[in-house]
Amino acid sequence: MAQAETLFDASELTVSMGPQHPSTHGVLQVKLKLDGERVLDAECVIGYLHRGVEKLGEVQTYGQFVPTLDRMDYIAAVSNCLGYCETIEKLLGVTAPPRAQYIRLIMTELNRITSHLLWLGTHAIDLGAITTFLYCFREREEILKIFENYCGARLTTHMFRIGGTQYELYEGFQDQVRTFIQDFPKKVDEYETLLTENRIWLDRTKNVGIISAKDAIDLGLTGPSLRGSGVQWDLRKAKPYCVYSEFDFDIPVGEVGDTYDRYLVRMEEMRQSARIVSQAIDKIPDGPLMAKMSKIIKPPVGDIYHSIESPKGELGYYIVSDGSTMAYRARVRPPSFVNLQSLKKMVAGHMVADVVAVIGTLDIVLGEIDR
Amino acid sequence: MDFVIDNIIIPLIKIGIVFGVLSGVVALMTLAERKVAAFIQVRLGPMRVGPHGILQPLADGVKLMLKEDILPAKADRWIFTLAPIIALVPAFIVFAVIPFGSTFNLFGKTIALRITDLNIGLLYVLSISSIGILGIILGGWASNSKYPLMGALRSAAQMVSYEVALGFSIMGVLMISGSLSLVEIVNKQKEFGWWFVFLQPLGFILFFVCGIAETNRAPFDLPEAESELVAGFHTEYSGFRFSLYFLAEYANMIAVSAMAVTLFFGGWLRPFPNVALPGFLGLLDAPLMGPVWFAIKVAIFLYCYLWFRWTWPRYRYDQLMKIGWQWLLPLAIANLVATAAIVLLFVRKG
Repeated sequence: MAQAETLFDASELTVSMGPQHPSTHGVLQVKLKLDGERVLDAECVIGYLHRGVEKLGEVQTYGQFVPTLDRMDYIAAVSNCLGYCETIEKLLGVTAPPRAQYIRLIMTELNRITSHLLWLGTHAIDLGAITTFLYCFREREEILKIFENYCGARLTTHMFRIGGTQYELYEGFQDQVRTFIQDFPKKVDEYETLLTENRIWLDRTKNVGIISAKDAIDLGLTGPSLRGSGVQWDLRKAKPYCVYSEFDFDIPVGEVGDTYDRYLVRMEEMRQSARIVSQAIDKIPDGPLMAKMSKIIKPPVGDIYHSIESPKGELGYYIVSDGSTMAYRARVRPPSFVNLQSLKKMVAGHMVADVVAVIGTLDIVLGEIDR
Repeated sequence: MDFVIDNIIIPLIKIGIVFGVLSGVVALMTLAERKVAAFIQVRLGPMRVGPHGILQPLADGVKLMLKEDILPAKADRWIFTLAPIIALVPAFIVFAVIPFGSTFNLFGKTIALRITDLNIGLLYVLSISSIGILGIILGGWASNSKYPLMGALRSAAQMVSYEVALGFSIMGVLMISGSLSLVEIVNKQKEFGWWFVFLQPLGFILFFVCGIAETNRAPFDLPEAESELVAGFHTEYSGFRFSLYFLAEYANMIAVSAMAVTLFFGGWLRPFPNVALPGFLGLLDAPLMGPVWFAIKVAIFLYCYLWFRWTWPRYRYDQLMKIGWQWLLPLAIANLVATAAIVLLFVRKG
């Protein structure tokens, strides 16, 4: 179209949402083409948080690389750590001892709850419900305290090591986790009281950002974003890793694949995570924390792909080893990056306000997208 | 001399008092907003400035004054400066006709607890309050920036649609009382022995919903929707100019609450105005108790405002329009027709 004389003559308005915008969840830039309030086109610009994590994997030893990975999806640092440690263990052909496996499982599931809580809080804030955010952070704080007691850090935890875990559980760990897990389902009910049947919340989330099961699979969506469309695919059940096969839990799925369904899926996932933890906390076996392995990690020549179900979806690591102490290539398959692709499809034809709803429902973390 | 006292000095004192109290309440509202939010969100809110943060509004004011007052290079300088003033002034001058109490005698003079009793008070309020919106539209336009422009346009659309329903919703009160004077409306409520909210429940609900939309408060705070439009119409405003918008929002809330109280909740009347109180409880009927009752009722409304904001999500633009035109307006007209029929059949007959 012809270049308009002024901003106001144009029939199409291009608005740059981000990289500094309250609800793009970090430094995502979305170039919106608008006709009034209606979105004609949305283009994501990423890379503002690029730190070359994958390249760092090639110049750091396998052990050194672990804390760097915490900075990818900083909301779910424990999952990042678990995925990578398991990948390298698989490459080395070692298995972490049962006690370490249980600790890993409990921590990862607690981390899934913190991640979903943060998602819920920010998603609700995007839609104007500010109070939910504070409630979510109240519970998140309890889990972060557990993390802090265990390893000293709250966010970028560096929780596990290749071959097991470094730290023994602290005294009172089980009681603290049990207390939290007992109260937590009631807290989830509390959030649901505020939102689930709220007329405005329903209006804002139902039929917004619909994606069919077929489209979701074609775009490579994983995690709650995929399950919201009704596809029962969760790596914890589909390709069990860690010790997930020993526990009972359900995989919630949605029906329509709209924002509301994804919301319900994540709410139920929090309850299921609590269920897993409550089963695991009572039967942590005794034994060593680290598998027997040499001090210097030198995997055999070869490559490996291993993926886990992070709170956001399938988090995969592809490692090529040349037999030295550093990976020849360390590639990450971040769930947020792949899920973000669906933004354009989800917002087409919707209003500006729906763009923030969809960004919220995708549950992206820019640290993971840009790496 | 009497003429000077009656027509200049007393009104000036009244204006001074109303303006002073109003400014104080607006300042307190900014604190109340944070305290109520904190209460709802299980935290403490401002605690550092003065006991329980009571001096926080002062600190905020000083901070806003000292901030750099940025004038965007491409903004329309005059309109940019004028717009916040246009937004703030109407919110204050609405109070010229709002009655805070009945009359009392002081030094042989009968003093009415209101600045003036305009015989077209209701029309005055409606017309004045729609000027305030110009401030928002002009501010958004003059910023010459995209987000403020969208905020301003949203605001314009919202105001136009809700002003109509608002006008219709108070028509019922007008018919029952048969007067446009706010004092007369309150007196009629005393005469009936019932606040008008009992005669016009639907009218009140519509009025309050439209009032929230008119003041751009949650869940209808689309013009400033911070998660979508950054800060909406005042994205480019900072420092003192921003604080004018900020104050205007609270002053408007108080104005709408005061209107709701006057029209539907008996203004300065106590509950059950016609039931005589025994003994010393009769003191509750003293003229000077009028402003107290009035203040209590307004405070309840203001709390509702804050309560809504911190509980509900925000509507989307098209949904807001749909509610306005598809629900509120037809309901308001239905209410109007029903009231007219009832008034015609039962009241005017005799």
